[in-house]
Amino acid sequence: MSKAHVYKRDHINTDEIIPARYLNTDNEQELARHCLEDLDAQFVKKVRPGDFIVGGDDFGCGSSREHAVWSIRGAKVAAVIAGSFARIFYRNAINCGFLVVELPGAAERIADGDELEIDAKNGKLVDRTRGKTLDFTPLPDFALRIIEDGGLLAHITKK
Amino acid sequence: MGMTITEKILAGHSGRQSVRPGQLINARLDVIMCHDVTTPAAITMLREKGLDRVFDREKIVVTPDHFQPAKDVASAELHQRLDTWCRQHGIRYYYPLGRAGVCHALLPEQGHIRPGEVIVGGDSHTCTYGAFGAFSTGVGSTDLAAALATGETWFRVPESMKFVLHGRLPHGVYSKDVILAVIGRIGTDGARYRAMEFVGPALHEMSMEARMTITNMVIEAGGKNGIMAVDEVTRAYLEEHLKDRREYTVYESDADAGYAAVEEFDCSALEPMAALPHLPSNGKPIGAVAGLKMDQCYIGSCTNGRIEDLRIAASILKGRKAAIRTIVVPATPTVWKQAMDEGLFEIFYQAGCVISAPTCGACLGGFMGILAAGEKCVSTTNRNFVGRMGSPKSEVYLASPATAAASAIEGKLADPRKYL
Repeated sequence: MSKAHVYKRDHINTDEIIPARYLNTDNEQELARHCLEDLDAQFVKKVRPGDFIVGGDDFGCGSSREHAVWSIRGAKVAAVIAGSFARIFYRNAINCGFLVVELPGAAERIADGDELEIDAKNGKLVDRTRGKTLDFTPLPDFALRIIEDGGLLAHITKK
Repeated sequence: MGMTITEKILAGHSGRQSVRPGQLINARLDVIMCHDVTTPAAITMLREKGLDRVFDREKIVVTPDHFQPAKDVASAELHQRLDTWCRQHGIRYYYPLGRAGVCHALLPEQGHIRPGEVIVGGDSHTCTYGAFGAFSTGVGSTDLAAALATGETWFRVPESMKFVLHGRLPHGVYSKDVILAVIGRIGTDGARYRAMEFVGPALHEMSMEARMTITNMVIEAGGKNGIMAVDEVTRAYLEEHLKDRREYTVYESDADAGYAAVEEFDCSALEPMAALPHLPSNGKPIGAVAGLKMDQCYIGSCTNGRIEDLRIAASILKGRKAAIRTIVVPATPTVWKQAMDEGLFEIFYQAGCVISAPTCGACLGGFMGILAAGEKCVSTTNRNFVGRMGSPKSEVYLASPATAAASAIEGKLADPRKYL
């Protein structure tokens, strides 16, 4: 089952997600090895494919480096769920075909290790561990279509 | 209801008479800024999708600046990919080593920024150019790739917030202190998704360089863009620097334009500020934090690495010695030469500072001044996040060039006013 890695922190920024000392590459697998390194050095050892990162408000603030999304995607994380997102990170995620879920109070409502399932289209997040369903506002249709197509460039070339 | 400058520019670039906040539009782009960290990936994406083209080779400005000169093999390869692509597509405005500079200082200086235009760049501090009455914002590599190929990008029209800068800046207080006060009041997400429009008498007295320090840091409050109306100071700067002499479009916000919030600041009451770790919103008046021991001083970056910044720092360091490692990074080759010609290098040398080539360098923890665990750096840069300039156990204190220089002399956070 896919588990939540919860960080009860606002303003988790791009420097913590992927520090600039690794920005001399855009290789996703290399970036994945350092995902969240300056926030939680143990994260890459704990994370399993399909897991979720859960954070507070303003997740991804700071730099425009898409490397932040690539490192998370490269670590095989299925989605980031946060109270709110910084603008550029949010846009980068959609452009990369990576799911982001805005859920007010996410870091308080979900506990570390909870098993989650997400229905992106209908805005339902099922917490299997606690046996409850949390509703969120789904992404707008055009954003969901970009994600379904595998990112902005795939979406453009398909059109 | 009337429109703000931001709304007027976006309407004009999407073939509309008017736009409203929240509306999704497709905007025509006038300038695209590219550098060595985010553009090589964009180039690769375009190749992989069979879109290896540029919409206009004269509207793309490229400078490798983050790891300039290349700091290792991997960054040399980023530069190589960028260089090959620029030559292949005949990019007209390509500034490689020797002409390369910190992008947000270089583009205005080289006359690429014009009022009324829409600019995107693969860097979050692209918001700097809003000081010239342009709409300008940072994007990631995928948006950049699509923009390079098509010359367009989509935006959600942002709500605007107005910041009224009343009064007059006291001696020893600078535009850096103003923006740290603004971010301190509204927080690092206080303007998330919004346009931050600056007006007021204190603004009109500022040079373009000082104004750019303010728009540079709107992203640290989550802003989508920062914007300032064109005035005589803007026109004089453009007269001296503009590459393209075509007439530019000057927009002004209507008296009945809508603002999500209006924040008023009495600049006469401001003091020199230092933003404590680990958020740019942790600004404190210098009196509250003076005396805190530092290990390094860094004077440079797209926020405060222009000639005016180096002059301020030099005026304080003149005839004095830095008590800690002090690194001076002129932001562009022109700034470097001006600083040398004006004798600032001599002052920095005598004070025991080192002068680097133009680069983003240690501002983002790249190289040229990385911090060890436990070290503290007073820095004229824009971010003090965990690990920003090196070890995740190091600390960054953001301040003006004056406060940084005074702190270098004392080896601890210091009030610059006693040295002026």
